[in-house]
Amino acid sequence: MSAIIFRRLLAAIPVLFIIVSLTFVLMHNAPGSPFSTERHIPAPIMAELEKKYHLHGSFWRQYGDYLGDLVHGDLGLSTQYRNRTVNEIIAQSLPVSMVLGSLAYSFALFAGITLGGLAAVRHHKAGDRWLMFAALLGISIPNFVLALLFIRVIAIDLALLPVAGWGSLDQLILPALCLSVPFVASITRLTRGGLLEVLRLDFVRTARAKGLSETAVLFRHALKVAILPVIGYSGPAIAGVLTGSIVVETIFGIPGIGPFFVNSVLNRDPFMTCGVVLVFGLFLILCNLVADILYFVVDRRVTMQ
Amino acid sequence: MALRDIAPHPRTLVLAAGAAALGLALFLTFFYTFGGWTLSAPADLTICNGDEPQTLDPAVVTGQLEGRICLALFEGLTTRDAAGRIVPGMAQNWTISPDGKTYTFTLRPEAKWSNGEPLTARDFLNSWRRALEPATASEYAYQLYYLVNGEAYGTGKITDFSQVGVKAPDNRTLVVTLNHPTAYFLELASLQTLCPVYLPSIQKYGDDWIKPGRIVSNGPYVMKAWRLNDYILLEANPHYWKRVPIRRIKVLPTRDANTCFNLFYSGKTDLILDQSSLPPTLLPDLRKKAYFHTNAFGATTFMRFNVKRTPFNDLRVRQALALALDKQDVVDKILRDGEPIANTLVPPGNAGYDPPRGLVRDVDAARKLLAAAGYPGGRGFPDVNLLYSTKGSASSGIATEIQALWARDLGITSIHLRGQEWKVYLNSMGSIDFDMCLSRWVGDYNDPQTFIDMFVSDGGNNDTNWASARYDQMLAQSESIPDPAQRLRIFHDMEKLLVEDEAPIVPISFMVGAVLYDPHKLGGFEPNFVDDHRWGDFYIPGKKN
Amino acid sequence: MKALLSFYLVVRRDPLLSVCAIFLITLIVLAAWGVEHTGYAATQISSASLQEPSRTHWFGTDIFGRDLFTRTLYGARFSLLIAAVATAISLFVGVSYGMISGYVGGRVDNVMMRLIEILYALPTLILVIVLVATLEAPMTQLMQGLGWTAIPPRFVLLFVFIGLTEWLTMARIIRGQVLVLRQQAYIQASFALGQSHLQILWRHLLPNLSGIILVYLTLTLPAVMLDESFLSFLGLGVQAPYASWGTLVSEAAGLINPIHSYWWMLLFPGGLMALTLLALNFLGDGLRDALDPRSCGRQ
Repeated sequence: MSAIIFRRLLAAIPVLFIIVSLTFVLMHNAPGSPFSTERHIPAPIMAELEKKYHLHGSFWRQYGDYLGDLVHGDLGLSTQYRNRTVNEIIAQSLPVSMVLGSLAYSFALFAGITLGGLAAVRHHKAGDRWLMFAALLGISIPNFVLALLFIRVIAIDLALLPVAGWGSLDQLILPALCLSVPFVASITRLTRGGLLEVLRLDFVRTARAKGLSETAVLFRHALKVAILPVIGYSGPAIAGVLTGSIVVETIFGIPGIGPFFVNSVLNRDPFMTCGVVLVFGLFLILCNLVADILYFVVDRRVTMQ
Repeated sequence: MALRDIAPHPRTLVLAAGAAALGLALFLTFFYTFGGWTLSAPADLTICNGDEPQTLDPAVVTGQLEGRICLALFEGLTTRDAAGRIVPGMAQNWTISPDGKTYTFTLRPEAKWSNGEPLTARDFLNSWRRALEPATASEYAYQLYYLVNGEAYGTGKITDFSQVGVKAPDNRTLVVTLNHPTAYFLELASLQTLCPVYLPSIQKYGDDWIKPGRIVSNGPYVMKAWRLNDYILLEANPHYWKRVPIRRIKVLPTRDANTCFNLFYSGKTDLILDQSSLPPTLLPDLRKKAYFHTNAFGATTFMRFNVKRTPFNDLRVRQALALALDKQDVVDKILRDGEPIANTLVPPGNAGYDPPRGLVRDVDAARKLLAAAGYPGGRGFPDVNLLYSTKGSASSGIATEIQALWARDLGITSIHLRGQEWKVYLNSMGSIDFDMCLSRWVGDYNDPQTFIDMFVSDGGNNDTNWASARYDQMLAQSESIPDPAQRLRIFHDMEKLLVEDEAPIVPISFMVGAVLYDPHKLGGFEPNFVDDHRWGDFYIPGKKN
Repeated sequence: MKALLSFYLVVRRDPLLSVCAIFLITLIVLAAWGVEHTGYAATQISSASLQEPSRTHWFGTDIFGRDLFTRTLYGARFSLLIAAVATAISLFVGVSYGMISGYVGGRVDNVMMRLIEILYALPTLILVIVLVATLEAPMTQLMQGLGWTAIPPRFVLLFVFIGLTEWLTMARIIRGQVLVLRQQAYIQASFALGQSHLQILWRHLLPNLSGIILVYLTLTLPAVMLDESFLSFLGLGVQAPYASWGTLVSEAAGLINPIHSYWWMLLFPGGLMALTLLALNFLGDGLRDALDPRSCGRQ
């Protein structure tokens, strides 16, 4: 088991290397300079800027410099935020996104599994249909529309929660809620589907033969099986949610790492973009690994029973 | 199957509750340590500043929003009062030589850094040296090119700073020698580029010197906290030479206009400083509110032509488009902020300057010109692109409307909109890869020159391929004349040449600032032409100051 | 074709699915032919800015005074077009890739799957932004050279790149299916009888995959539409004066404020978009349930 984990982690290194290199190449070739402004910059100043930010010389020289820095854990300087290193920016913004993301996904797991279970229990009745309709609605509305409607209704008209911002506990609630909606919808559908599959097979048989307490045990067993697709889904989903949502963080003014995915590209900030890609890739690989381990553990316990 | 059948065992519930409690505790600890959860007291004044500052190093800052924070932290030889007039800052008085080329500043005795150390003239000398230094890569270094040998030092032609026209004969005197009389030099002295910085900090911490806990400043405020994209906390500087009425200011870098307005509406922010932070559709409603204040300031929106490409190499076409444009429609429908239309480049408000009339709207004359150029009724007009930047929502609206207006009034249907992301747009504009380009310019100081000198023949900010030897001659002439009235008359002629006779640009409107604040809650803010409102002047009415 | 017929039968049986299918067909017809017949041009400005729905403007007007009903249908055109083309691209690339990978198997399969892993790890948004910006100029030149001036080059790039963000899932699923199907007796028999690999792929495997392809097609379409609306919200999608539902909804979202309510701007394009996505998702779910009783769904 640990050998497999070790092999997976080792295999991750070339993957990260390739995606960061690809991003570097793309950023290098994109039109537009990180330093351009509305005012013309004289050539000597431009040359100095390029030297300071390691963007002078041939492509291979820049690439070599960057790889050398990467090996030492130095992700470079940001050309957009000129007194800050990429390490510093990520250290400040990633924890914010992680706080928001973990809250949102915990809620999504709790709500999704509960609702999925409810739907499965109420199968063939109206409750199931309504829940499924609500779930589909959750993934059919773009999340920026949802966020803005929530703000208008809950934060402004009803004035229950703050409009935007970060730093206090009540500012966590609305963005986490908005972030969780599509995940609640998907987890509900997956849980319900998985439960129905198992219950259909064994439930009828057992319920006839045994008593009510056995039904409860069976239901818990079915839940373990239904969890498997949720675990598979959660791997990449958690990676995505922990590295921030651009839409939610922009609308609610949250200082997370999400907006950097778009803004560092728009600002042509090469090292920040590569840094962000690296963080996302790392999270994805780790979350997939954990999901696979969990899958394996739960699967074994299920098949052993 | 009822729900109580699947209820878990009580022991499981207790375990689950315990795990949840532990999870919550870990979560809150993480949130507090790394995630930015603050339990500190609220600030006295909260300001929405438009965006996260790129940097706060005064020598390097070029943007207006960064400049505001810099000018709260640092102060130069001169500063501005609430009405925007130049008043003494770190220098308590100054004398100007009769030929207008030598300024002698005397620093006030109580000038100190925020760590209590006295501020000397050598600090100014070394700070200006740092701003000019090529290695600092300051984009505003050219503001010190007015000094003797300033440009030579700034471009690396000389490396001995003692040859540059600034000297500190003693701790409290600074003598500045200029290349030629510069009427607005005292204004330049109030800008952040010429502010002093605390060099021992820079030497010790390098690029980190600007961070809270390390930064030493001389202005009305010191930086207490700075979280990226979250907030900046400023606290009144006890060593500042004047009393600062407001003790704590929180600066929010909120970008989204609707979010900014929502924050103001729900009372979470007290002051919104940029019109870009206000939703344009709301402007007609907001203009009726007591908390809305306009502020005309020196900035112009205009259209550039690439005069080397057909059909804009034909003067008649340029003039026709300029004469036909219904600028009032653009202002009323798209901008909705009541800003004045512009037929000239230099915004009104420069004292003593008399602008030319410009090309006033005349659709018949425009149609005749267009026909004379070979495109009667707009027929046969070649396919051309109208370049604009997709940053913010205003440009897209203006470009769309202008395209539709020229179609309506001149019958030209071959104009295509070409929206590009900000950096790509700047690239295209800088390399003059466009047919028409929607642009704007914000003046650096309160003098027509900051607009007029854009269009010199080899100017980096010209970007139209237009060149005129006569224009360059007139500019050189204006620089050597001491008489201000005559200088302004030359500018009048230059502008006439630019916007009427040659028309490589079509001015559209003069930008107007819009500011939101409740005058019962904030005092010390006055609309002024340079849109420079020093935060050290703010106070809360009714509170014991 | 056999798959399409069976799907038709499935849809006909279930009233809800029939409603969804009819709705989608009506929408496509209206978007294709209806825009020119509403009485207003899609880019015609007027001074009737931000008017509520009335008899002259059924859906109201936007800030430029353009009729919203016309704009919504105009936007439907682009949204459906982008969804169709991007999905077609993702289908083509994904199915080919998956089929080759699953059929050939062995080391080639390994490498191809590793490649997919690497591509999964790339944040696609960054790719889309950079590639569209980089390739816009060369694409403009190419299209001008070829004489295609009807479509802006940016659109072509958007079609291609949005399509390329969704093919990965399709490829994985197809590969999984092909791996299973490959072992079946009749495939082995066909090979023994002398049929070439291509014939086997085309004649035997593809028809068996058509069911699952169709299902995932209906589920990719909404994903692509949401991607496009997301890009438009960021200002990076369709540019003015063209419109898609994404741009219309983003405009409307930008108009939400505490003082005024321009509800018609959000309700009509947004509602229509949500209904379309719902219909597509319903159809996809229904088809998947009918096709594959083993998959997670109701029975």
